[in-house]
Amino acid sequence: MMQGTENMGSMTSVAIEAETVETDSRETGESRVLQLQDQDEVRDYVTIGAPFVDNAKMAARNVNVHYGEKHAIMDVSLDIGKNEVIAMIGPSGCGKSTFLRTLNRMNDIIAGCRVDGEITLDGEDVYGRQQDTVMLRARVGMVFQKPNPFPKSIYENVAYGPRIHGLAHNKAELDEIVESSLRRASLFDEVKDNLDKPGTGLSGGQQQRLCIARAIAVSPEVILMDEPCSALDPIATARIEELIDELKEKYTIAIVTHSMQQAARVSQRTAYFHLGKLIEVGGTKDIFTRPRHQLTENYITGRFG
Amino acid sequence: MQTSTVLLVLVALCIASFFFARRKSHAVAHGSGGLTTLHSLPKHYGYMALAWAGLPALAALALWSALEPRMLEAEVVSSLPAEVRALPEQQFGLYYNQILGYASGGMNAAELDEVQLAAADRYSALAARFSWLRSALVFAVALAGAVLAIRRVQPALRARNHVESIIRWILFSCSFLAVLTTLGIVLSVLFEAVRFFQVIPLTDFLFGLEWSPQMAIRSDQVGASGSFGFVPLLVGTLLISAVAMLIAVPVGLMSAIYLSEYASRRFRTLTKPVLEILAGVPTVVYGFFAALTVAPLVRTLGESVGLTVASESALAAGVVMGIMIIPFVMSLSDDIINAVPDTMREASLGMGATMSETIRKVLLPAALPGIVGGILLAVSRAIGETMIVVMAAGLSAKLTANPLEAVTTITVQIVTLLVGDQEFDSPKTLAAFALGLVLFFVTLLLNVVALYVVRRYREQYE
Ligand SMILES: Nc1ncnc2c1ncn2[C@@H]1O[C@H](COP(=O)(O)OP(=O)(O)OP(=O)(O)O)[C@@H](O)[C@H]1O
Ligand SMILES: [Mg+2]
Repeated sequence: MMQGTENMGSMTSVAIEAETVETDSRETGESRVLQLQDQDEVRDYVTIGAPFVDNAKMAARNVNVHYGEKHAIMDVSLDIGKNEVIAMIGPSGCGKSTFLRTLNRMNDIIAGCRVDGEITLDGEDVYGRQQDTVMLRARVGMVFQKPNPFPKSIYENVAYGPRIHGLAHNKAELDEIVESSLRRASLFDEVKDNLDKPGTGLSGGQQQRLCIARAIAVSPEVILMDEPCSALDPIATARIEELIDELKEKYTIAIVTHSMQQAARVSQRTAYFHLGKLIEVGGTKDIFTRPRHQLTENYITGRFG
Repeated sequence: MQTSTVLLVLVALCIASFFFARRKSHAVAHGSGGLTTLHSLPKHYGYMALAWAGLPALAALALWSALEPRMLEAEVVSSLPAEVRALPEQQFGLYYNQILGYASGGMNAAELDEVQLAAADRYSALAARFSWLRSALVFAVALAGAVLAIRRVQPALRARNHVESIIRWILFSCSFLAVLTTLGIVLSVLFEAVRFFQVIPLTDFLFGLEWSPQMAIRSDQVGASGSFGFVPLLVGTLLISAVAMLIAVPVGLMSAIYLSEYASRRFRTLTKPVLEILAGVPTVVYGFFAALTVAPLVRTLGESVGLTVASESALAAGVVMGIMIIPFVMSLSDDIINAVPDTMREASLGMGATMSETIRKVLLPAALPGIVGGILLAVSRAIGETMIVVMAAGLSAKLTANPLEAVTTITVQIVTLLVGDQEFDSPKTLAAFALGLVLFFVTLLLNVVALYVVRRYREQYE
């Protein structure tokens, strides 16, 4: 721990010496870097920037997540606005996935994971007594880092959600849902003649688009994407980014990514996490051009993480 | 020298050659500028010398031991008088065996004639000489191998590759041995079965509907015609196995699902050992349980609803066999369901599926091939199970599909056919081999199907 503090401190000072950009928050930033090493101080840390918006689709307030003893998310408050794409960035292990998963209660299935605080979806308590995870997850869908199609046919993969939630009354309606979902995921033309072939036989990029089609087949209101492009080549990535751009007309999207460029390209707002804390939130342009916190700047300029 | 002594000395020789070769490689390396100039590590040279000393010597020992009795017999027989050698084969065999018996100290001199005694002496003298010859041969081969290997230690010698390929061959011969053993078992059963089918036509055996393997010993005996129709046994076997699987598959599968998907870690750690104990209970004990507890229970229950139940019934045996197989099905299915990647669970739960929907629609289909394979293995266990059936299902070979009656199975009949003193050329005894052969083919078929199913669908998920 001591070692870490020293390194971090000297890194920051090197950064200051190396670059002579004038930033008024530089001094406060450095003192906060030092503060963040201390677990107790961390609790009082207040996110800088604009974590709250007016038309929030989902709102998290003072969320803490523990995996057993491990405190993975510390007192995070953040709004996700309607029809916006919010990018979550930060060094590995800082809790991006953990936070994302609290939004549709995917952490429920992890033994020993405890979530405190309040999360609402359209003002409705996500962790409330009345809340039903089946309904919640139908409204807040998820796309995972690694494409994970079921070992079923392409058709069955997309039809899975509608079948579970009884969205189609007959075969024709189901066909219609499957086709339109595949179209929206811009996969239909590639697979239309092979709908009965296994989804696992597709290429990685196609599989991920299949997973997106599967997620949007139940018409969720929010889509959570955890590094959806990390296993894909630039072409497949570009297609998925286009897709996110189209989807945001209808859906609210939260995307975790390790690629600054991707965050800059697809998102309107960006949230920077560090060691379980939400450090800074703001408009994506602002974050990337005028980061206010030292840690944010270090991360986006590639100095650590 | 005794074989064990020879082996001990051989081991010592091998170890010595290991150290010699290793030291030589160090010396060679020293001469040519350090260990890095060697192609392999010093220990590889050592292992190579060890293998060269040991393996050919072992082969020589095995070969000699296999040939020695023949050579001895040839030597001794050639010294016997012509009239003895002209004896009919069987008599001569007896005569020669007496010589061997005396030579090994198992017979009194009084039982043998002069010629035999002389031959026995000759035999003993020869045997002693051969024993020395053998030791000398083995040690010579070992030394030659070691010296050759040690002399070859050079920086350029690819000892590592050499040792690797020797290991590969050793491993290969072990697996080959397993295959050979299986083949040997099959062939020995096959030959006896062929003898059986020379007496009883194959079609009578395969399609006959009656099984009563009593052969008349005297021709005037009544009621001992002997019929060898194997259908009742097959039906009995299948009936009991079906009852067993009806119990074991649902219970085993569902408890596996509970254990892998719902149970807390503590419950798992408590249950697994109990199940392993259950799997380790000897089948005889299950047999007691079947005969003393379950069979009467089945009978009383049946009678209380107005059914006639034999005191030994297929149902009782099947139920207990099912209980016996539960842990087997369960631990296999548990492993297989656990092997389905968590990403599948997350995908399904993330879509808003419930746990049971996830199990039904994603986990079980993904795990199905493995589960089917496991069930087929369990079926072959049920078919091969003997003890429970002997104790709880009776011995009467009745052709019936009613599980409340007493039936018998293939394995039980094999046991009853071979228990006690038997002539090994009567069809009654030989029938056991025919049954064994059929049993072998049935389980082989099941295993092939199981393997096929598993392999065919294995790559469905990554
Ligand atoms: N199932 C778990 N059990 C215990 N600890 C966990 C678990 N999952 C995550 N953690 C811990 O919580 C912290 C946050 O993990 P998380 O997966 O959210 O990080 P991340 O920001 O998504 O990282 P990455 O960019 O590498 O995906 C890490 O320190 C990790 O060790
Ligand atoms: Mg992550």
